[in-house]
Amino acid sequence: MYVALRDIRFARGRFALMGAVVTLITTLVVFLYGLTGGLASDASSAVADLPVQSIVFGAPHGATPEVSFSDSGIDAAQQAAWQSALGAEAVQPLGIAMSRMTATGGATAVSVIGASAPLLPPLLSGSAPADGQVAVSRTTASDDGVTVGGTVTVGSQRLTVSAITADRSYGHAPSVWTTESTWQQVSGAQQPSALALTTAAGSGTAALDRAQNTDTVSRGAALAGIDGYSAEQGSLQLIQGFLFAVSALVIGAFFTVWTVQRRPDIAVLKAVGASSGYLVRDALGQALILLLLGTFTGAAIGLLGGALLSGGGMPFTLGAATVAVPVLAMVLLGLLGAALAVRRITSVDPLTALGANR
Amino acid sequence: MTTATALSTGLALRDVVLTFPDGDRRLTALDSVSLEVAPGELTAIVGPSGSGKSSLLAVAATLLRPDSGQVVVGGLDAGSLSARQATALRRTRIGIVFQQSNLLASLTAVEQLLAVAHLSGGSPRGSRGRAEALLDSVGLSGARQGRRPHQLSGGERQRVNIARALFAEPSVLLVDEPTSALDHERGAQIVDLLADVTREHATATVMVTHDRELLDRADRVLRMEDGRLSLDCRV
Repeated sequence: MYVALRDIRFARGRFALMGAVVTLITTLVVFLYGLTGGLASDASSAVADLPVQSIVFGAPHGATPEVSFSDSGIDAAQQAAWQSALGAEAVQPLGIAMSRMTATGGATAVSVIGASAPLLPPLLSGSAPADGQVAVSRTTASDDGVTVGGTVTVGSQRLTVSAITADRSYGHAPSVWTTESTWQQVSGAQQPSALALTTAAGSGTAALDRAQNTDTVSRGAALAGIDGYSAEQGSLQLIQGFLFAVSALVIGAFFTVWTVQRRPDIAVLKAVGASSGYLVRDALGQALILLLLGTFTGAAIGLLGGALLSGGGMPFTLGAATVAVPVLAMVLLGLLGAALAVRRITSVDPLTALGANR
Repeated sequence: MTTATALSTGLALRDVVLTFPDGDRRLTALDSVSLEVAPGELTAIVGPSGSGKSSLLAVAATLLRPDSGQVVVGGLDAGSLSARQATALRRTRIGIVFQQSNLLASLTAVEQLLAVAHLSGGSPRGSRGRAEALLDSVGLSGARQGRRPHQLSGGERQRVNIARALFAEPSVLLVDEPTSALDHERGAQIVDLLADVTREHATATVMVTHDRELLDRADRVLRMEDGRLSLDCRV
């Protein structure tokens, strides 16, 4: 990369401009990545973090079961059949409903989860709720001044706070946890929304699904059953995809113009004995330096901005994957764009260095 | 002239024919051209524009493959080489002094030579002393060695061009109109320099030029006309 490094130093304005573009795109992608992760967690952590392997969605006989917590319902016969087949401990009813919690410190829209104690998130204080009790997520408890032993009103039910749990949410509403019986009183539903299985979906569950008119999917696939989850994630991922495509195109366009401008130099280098492979490696090395500097700077800005955003209450997931995946994708796609551009090097005729018009 | 020596270490072209497509027919650029240049010999080739001088240089530089005939560079038959081998031959045995100095804009004078070292797999850092000495020997010394092409005069750029061509210690030096962008005085200095380096570095040098006033330093002057090479009797 002897010539490549000196080209960067010589044309530092052009490379700085291009590096700034890569930096801005990377910053945007890191923001989007963190936001996508944050929104995903905000919409689904109550389900995603359940200590189970699969979720059973049900429908009345005659209807087709759908992967949807809103539309699904498990009647007593279906629940009994599943518990009979797999054992009561392996099959836990799960009720999910949206409601409003009022405490002395304020009112908050909450997702109410009716589940047995094994399905609860880690308890930070107190004990698992009994009938007439509720466990509240830490941040909500803090915001609304809720403490263990206090009382809150969820829907129309006055409940005693038995525990403070680790933060979980569903449908962008913080989760509160109670028993199946109390959940039915709060939600007005007569049957749980779904069943949570400690076993994996497979051939064993398929036969039960057919017999009971249910649909068993993995816990990860069950997230699609959260209202708006797939559309929200799909939109954000589409934007990420467009940004990756734009970055590859921008890098490719820059190196196309750059290669065209360098044609006389490339012809001279070929005439004095540089192979096409040497020149392509040189140019790709140049692209790699530009991409690494641009993406690392962009990632640092994205991380810093993300930390500020998440501190302000915006759902934003900060983590190694938030940075590593966009940076890696930007570098690889940028190199792909550059590779398509610098392949023109192979067609440069060294004879033009002698003044031939070819 | 010294046929055996030319074939082993210099340059030899034998019955070289080169044609280009020209509409429905083919235009003959080189018509059975034979030429042998021994190490330490400066051969000048003059002739009108379009006579085939540049084509001869391109064939000798292995940038064009002739329709027929033999090209031997430093003892190697260029016709038997693959494209990759021909590239390696240019890198190791052929130095080209271009008409326009064709220096790389991003490199300083000394870096132009170090880039050649890098091409050959050498260490630019380890070659710096030799590059500076070579630039000194062609008359470019001191701070000028650290200047980029746009900071040098036309004569200085041509000196760097010559030093770059010599850096890989080639056995053949091909020079294309070296004085075309220079005034007469500077042109004469460059031709003197080429004659000197031909002796010092024992290169088989072929210089194409249109400037007949600068031919007195050449060992031999040949005339190219309509693709044919002949001894120039007017010198």
